[in-house]
Amino acid sequence: MSEKKNNAVQEPLFHLSKRAQIQPWKAWAIRLAAIVLGLLVCGLVAFILIEKLNQKPEKITDFYYSFIKGSFSTKRKLWKFLKNLAILQCISLAVTPAFRMRFWNIGAEGQTLMGVLGCITVAFYLGGQVPNWVLLVLMFIAALLYSAVWAVIPAIFKAKWNTNETLFTLMMNYVATFVVSYFLVVWVPSGSSTLGKLKYGKLPSFGHEYLVIILVVALLTVLLYIYLKHSKQGYEISVVGESVRTAQYSGINVKKVIIRTMVVSGLLCGLTGYLIGAGLDQSVTTESVGGQGFTAIMVSWLANFNPLVMLITSGLISMLNSGAAQISQDFNVSGALPDVIVGIILFFIIGSEFFINYQIIFRKKGHEKEAVK
Amino acid sequence: MNVWLNFLIDSLAFGAVFMYGSTGEILTEKAGHLNLGIPGIMCMGGAGGCLVLNLIGKSSLPGFLIVMLGIAGALAMAMLMGMIYSFLTVTLRANQNVTGLALTTFGVGLMKVIFSKLDPTVYLVGPKTMYRWPFAGRTDALQCLGVLFFLGVIIAIAASLVLYRTKVGLHLRAVGENPGTADAVGINVTKYKYLATCIGSGIAGLGGFYYIIDYMASQEAYLSLEAFGWLSIALVIFALWRPHMTIIGSTVFGFLFSCSSYIANIEGITITMAAKPILKMLPYVVTILVLIITSIRNKRENQPPASLGLSYFREER
Amino acid sequence: MEKNLALSMQGITKRFGSVVANKSVDLDMYQGEILAILGENGCGKTTLMNMIAGIYFPDEGKIFKDGKEVVIRSPKDAFDLKIGMIHQHFKLVDLFTAAENIVLGVEESQRYNIKDVNNRVSEIALKYGFHIDPQKKIYDMSVSEKQTVEIIKVLYRGADILILDEPTAVLTPQEIDRLFSVLRRMKEDGKSIIIITHKLHEVLAISDRVAILRKGEHIATVDTCNATESSLTEMMVGKKVTLNIDRSEPVAPQARLEVKGLNCVDHEGVQVLKDVSFTANSGEILGIAGIAGSGQRELLEAIAGLQPLTSGEIIFNNPKKDKPVTFFHKSMARVKELGAQEAFHDEYGNPVSFDGMTNKQIKGWVESGKVLFREDEVMNLRDKTPLEIRELGVRLSFVPEDRLGMGLVGSMGITDNMMLRSYRKGHAGFVDRKKPRALADEIIRELEVVTPGVNTPVRRLSGGNVQKVLVGREIAFAPKVLMAAYPVRGLDINSSYTIYNLLNKQKKNGVAVIFVGEDLDVLLSLCDRILVINSGAVTGIVDARTATKEEIGLLMTQTDTQEKEAVQ
Repeated sequence: MSEKKNNAVQEPLFHLSKRAQIQPWKAWAIRLAAIVLGLLVCGLVAFILIEKLNQKPEKITDFYYSFIKGSFSTKRKLWKFLKNLAILQCISLAVTPAFRMRFWNIGAEGQTLMGVLGCITVAFYLGGQVPNWVLLVLMFIAALLYSAVWAVIPAIFKAKWNTNETLFTLMMNYVATFVVSYFLVVWVPSGSSTLGKLKYGKLPSFGHEYLVIILVVALLTVLLYIYLKHSKQGYEISVVGESVRTAQYSGINVKKVIIRTMVVSGLLCGLTGYLIGAGLDQSVTTESVGGQGFTAIMVSWLANFNPLVMLITSGLISMLNSGAAQISQDFNVSGALPDVIVGIILFFIIGSEFFINYQIIFRKKGHEKEAVK
Repeated sequence: MNVWLNFLIDSLAFGAVFMYGSTGEILTEKAGHLNLGIPGIMCMGGAGGCLVLNLIGKSSLPGFLIVMLGIAGALAMAMLMGMIYSFLTVTLRANQNVTGLALTTFGVGLMKVIFSKLDPTVYLVGPKTMYRWPFAGRTDALQCLGVLFFLGVIIAIAASLVLYRTKVGLHLRAVGENPGTADAVGINVTKYKYLATCIGSGIAGLGGFYYIIDYMASQEAYLSLEAFGWLSIALVIFALWRPHMTIIGSTVFGFLFSCSSYIANIEGITITMAAKPILKMLPYVVTILVLIITSIRNKRENQPPASLGLSYFREER
Repeated sequence: MEKNLALSMQGITKRFGSVVANKSVDLDMYQGEILAILGENGCGKTTLMNMIAGIYFPDEGKIFKDGKEVVIRSPKDAFDLKIGMIHQHFKLVDLFTAAENIVLGVEESQRYNIKDVNNRVSEIALKYGFHIDPQKKIYDMSVSEKQTVEIIKVLYRGADILILDEPTAVLTPQEIDRLFSVLRRMKEDGKSIIIITHKLHEVLAISDRVAILRKGEHIATVDTCNATESSLTEMMVGKKVTLNIDRSEPVAPQARLEVKGLNCVDHEGVQVLKDVSFTANSGEILGIAGIAGSGQRELLEAIAGLQPLTSGEIIFNNPKKDKPVTFFHKSMARVKELGAQEAFHDEYGNPVSFDGMTNKQIKGWVESGKVLFREDEVMNLRDKTPLEIRELGVRLSFVPEDRLGMGLVGSMGITDNMMLRSYRKGHAGFVDRKKPRALADEIIRELEVVTPGVNTPVRRLSGGNVQKVLVGREIAFAPKVLMAAYPVRGLDINSSYTIYNLLNKQKKNGVAVIFVGEDLDVLLSLCDRILVINSGAVTGIVDARTATKEEIGLLMTQTDTQEKEAVQ
């Protein structure tokens, strides 16, 4: 259609076509360029914002200094950075199996929150009445169960009636939020609805307090990579995601795979919930997950649903967050600055995917084509 | 005023926030784009309007002009957000869910940064009464039925008329249902997608502005705005993708969301604290039920636009 | 009566890559006539018409409308020149009413009012004798109603040249009659109509003149009144070309797959298979000939367990008597199940019972080759899923028409695609990539697949290489029945011969091969018998060694039952 070659016809200046292939290094170069460009724009935006808001000029290099300081200046910051990375990575791992199946589960926020609720519920009622290890096991089971149930409900409707899973899982997030606030009202009769740190059900730690969490997530990353790449179920997920027709042709029960995969996603969310509930907070609030369920979707997508690459993307996002938080602290601006920075970088990376998937072909005087990038 | 009537009017006024949001989202979805950036867009709409008011709130400009400039600021900022979204999803064909979520992260964050430095005595105190015309100064729920409320109702009805009674609406729906067909009959798919997204974003942005300047009219209002952006997306499903239905739907949502605090004030009815979250949960539960029922009944008119969430690339069949 | 030229094409050539779709075609059409364009599948009819409708742009040549040279760049240009095309695949918005679809994209000066549109649509319908409810939604419509909407859509835009691509392919005989009377009325009204078809009797019934295309070239244009079915068929199919394909005599053919009275309705409620019965023998290639979309795909999918049947039987005969049982295609559970049904005996003829034996003992016994089948296996595959068919131990291979959308996973490499059938093997939860990898290497070597590596996504391979991978995998499965749908479509000559040789080799190995093809020369040179299918019904089974192209051409194109009886 695009191959119009006639003098009477006006050729468009350029036209787009889907790339047949691209070398991995080129794709990474494009992504890297986007990130660098994004960081420059972020610096500029931060510069303008802060100058306008604080009414006093700053040196732009100071931002980048602050930015790096945010994650790496002290040991404590480094640990915190690694912990944030681990939690984000864990939720990102959770959403990945479903995404590889092209099941757009954007309910990881709610699924994880339910996991936190599950483990804290057990800790709240049984804390002090059973041995600590029994409590921890029960909390673990409850977290997985709560999350898996939360995740499988939309999957059942998707498999059975093709109910739109994006909208369904989105709504489930908010239902989960209010389920949590319901229990908070019940548990905290004073009316403050704030559950303090519980005394029981703390995940034992060795070395550093975050070390267990980091190791668990590292192990999980490898396990999920193996599951997706080398297990029969992982193979089925890939086939269903690519083409339902091919899946049927090869004898795969598509409905079963949808439901099973969402259970896996739910279990992983439950595990994250357990790490948050038993490993960090010993408490639950409606903000226990703090929007990371949504960030995880972007992290997973940016990593092209590859658990190992995800370490880089979740690291990037965590770094942006802590770096920007440092900036907002050093320059006395709103604590919401990290969101702005992360948003801008995401725009650049999202936009760069276009140049990886498509190529722009400019036309030169009717013949000779030149491919760009 | 009768408690119940007061309650009903308050539900209407509150509902107008989501009415704006979901009318805007419907226009976008009708073009085939699921815009999860709506919460961010509403926030930025609010920020844009207040930013303008922060400059002119204490000036000697006539009230009418201040009102209009505030609205223009909200529209401009929200449409700018819509432009970012359209550029990424229409021109660069990026994943709509990811783009939308990024836009929300960005918009909510930027709004908070902006509001942290605005002066409520300038942008809020004076202009609030101007926007609450003609009921400014009343103490009951009627006070919130201001300029922006009526504008919202008009926009919702107008959006329905445009969608279902005009050629432009017909073309827009065709783009969302089957962009390939629309393209084949000579409709400029890209133009329609851009326009629908940007206008939709502008409308949604007004909802955020209304919430901050009129309905809540408090300096902390912006902190709770994001949640209503998500509720707006829920309302789209509840209204079955019909803008005029959002008027009823938003009232129901407003009713459910605020009835816990109202019922407590009515004599003879006691409500436990625990019931509040349950009542607030209801809009989402009802939306899920509507989603399930429509998918089971599978009536074609009540389904999401067929190409929702998919990028269109002509050379790919 | 003097006739004016309505449209004239001169020296039109169109290439797609190295394939020439149309080669310097000259074609004239007069005002107020019905011109039929006749030709086999893939002869370039649709491509030629798409160039008039603005879908494609010719590489060479000129188009004249009413004597003036015109440039048609887009469907809109075509509409502006009052040319409208009704495509085989309708472009309609399902959710809209007929009138809304018709008015879509039309630039009018007056205000949009759906009632006015409804009235105007009704007017057009009345004028030409259509039956249509302007307010009916497309999704509620039958195929013929949708076609009516497409035709009115073109008329509404004021077209005076209408091009209909295979308009009768999806219609019932009554609907065809109605369509033809409408077309005649439009002709009386001065419209010029081009109808693309390959149904001879329709050409004779409706057209004034016939233009015959063969392999992209314009062979001749004749007045319909001077033409007969056989003269047209001869021009359409040409002289038989003997291809250099070996054809051995079938060795001891036995009934392998018996299909009895298959009926099948698709999701739109159209009956796509009507009482289809045939037998595919071992050691024989059974060709299936027919116009594209006559039910070939549904037939193969029904056998493979992918298409629900309304009635009929699919009997798989497997001569197993006195042959050793293996675990090659049977699971332990299945072997035990069959053992309990006393399906096996040992080398002395005593019945085998696995009672009280451990799995290990059973495995050892079976693998010693001393457990033999008592009877031939006879199984009904009806209502079985593809997985159930495989678990029964039925070795049925299927090369589907849609290679990347069904047979292979485009984003995966050759190794992973090899696993599509075999990944369930083994007890562990993990897939074994060693054997598939070895198989992939073997296929690349044996079939000379050109690929950068075993893990390069197959989507990036050329059509011929994709097909080699798919056929290679299906053959590696050691099938008893091999079904291949259009296995050489889009392939170059060398790759095609590779595929023919593979099929022939399977035939010599005693496999029952079912080959769905479109090139009659290939069918006649490769197959032993040819089944001809027409609108979902079998119109005849002929001996490929004696049949002529005309004979098959007639079976493919006739629809009238009386004609069918006359031929038989």
